[in-house]
Amino acid sequence: MLLLNCPWCGPRDETEYHYGGQAHVPYPEEPSTLTDEEWAEYLFFRDNPCGPFAERWVHSAGCRRWFNVVRDTRTYQVLAVYTHSDPRPAVGFGAQAGGPR
Amino acid sequence: MDDLTLQRRSPLADLADRMRDGAVTGSRHVRLAELPFWTMISVRVDPGSPAAAAVEGVLGADLPRWCGQVTAHGLDHVLWLGPDEWLIVSEVAPSDLHGALTDAVGEAHAAVVDVSANRTLLELSGPGARSVLEKGCPVDLHPRAFEVGRAVSTTLARVPLLLCQTGPDTYCLLPRSSFAQYVACWLLDAMQELGSDFQDGSAS
Repeated sequence: MLLLNCPWCGPRDETEYHYGGQAHVPYPEEPSTLTDEEWAEYLFFRDNPCGPFAERWVHSAGCRRWFNVVRDTRTYQVLAVYTHSDPRPAVGFGAQAGGPR
Repeated sequence: MDDLTLQRRSPLADLADRMRDGAVTGSRHVRLAELPFWTMISVRVDPGSPAAAAVEGVLGADLPRWCGQVTAHGLDHVLWLGPDEWLIVSEVAPSDLHGALTDAVGEAHAAVVDVSANRTLLELSGPGARSVLEKGCPVDLHPRAFEVGRAVSTTLARVPLLLCQTGPDTYCLLPRSSFAQYVACWLLDAMQELGSDFQDGSAS
């Protein structure tokens, strides 16, 4: 069981949240100009790193707000929690970015 | 026009007898009751805006600014639901309060909605109340983490609801009307074992 620290409500059980997939996947600037391959890339292709992963969560049983979490997919350790207005934290990225160790 | 409030039935009207008979006696006594027909108004507004100030002017109370906070003035209680969302639970007639708030907000970017029929209010009271809730609520209700006058949006028995502590041994639960019967039956079942004198020694 994860204990996620909602930016607005504080620490709550994982059961109060829903998962929203990878964070920082922007909607294409000009969707109509994309090829089918690029559109499929945007819709369906997501990273699957072994290590820190920035992902979206919503506190559906609480304040119903979306926020981002950096979670280590190997240990389930939550490395950072931040809102959409916060910059993406450097924690877990940088030296380790880009894949398995 | 006929007074339609005479026709209304609370979501748990059918369970009133079971709730009365289900009260548990003994050292860890606990009882469950429905307190229906509260006025509830949902307010969504930017907390720093003039419209928020207008809402606060009507209520005579500040809008709560952090999770768990409840403010009150007169017959109104204001619960924090989110950074820009509140629930007013009041004894004022819905049309009066809703009208006063919509007039105060005017054309501003805000939503004031009468949601009185959305939820019903259950009161769980007695020394055993916290033990009952702890069976199905993920929030830490121990006095070191929760106290009288706090209200949070959480789950009980996997069902979303609002939970407020209104006294040292008294909690108010506000499930959606359609979940109310399930919540009441779940609580009645969870209460039963407290009638036993058996102590497991882990009381804190």
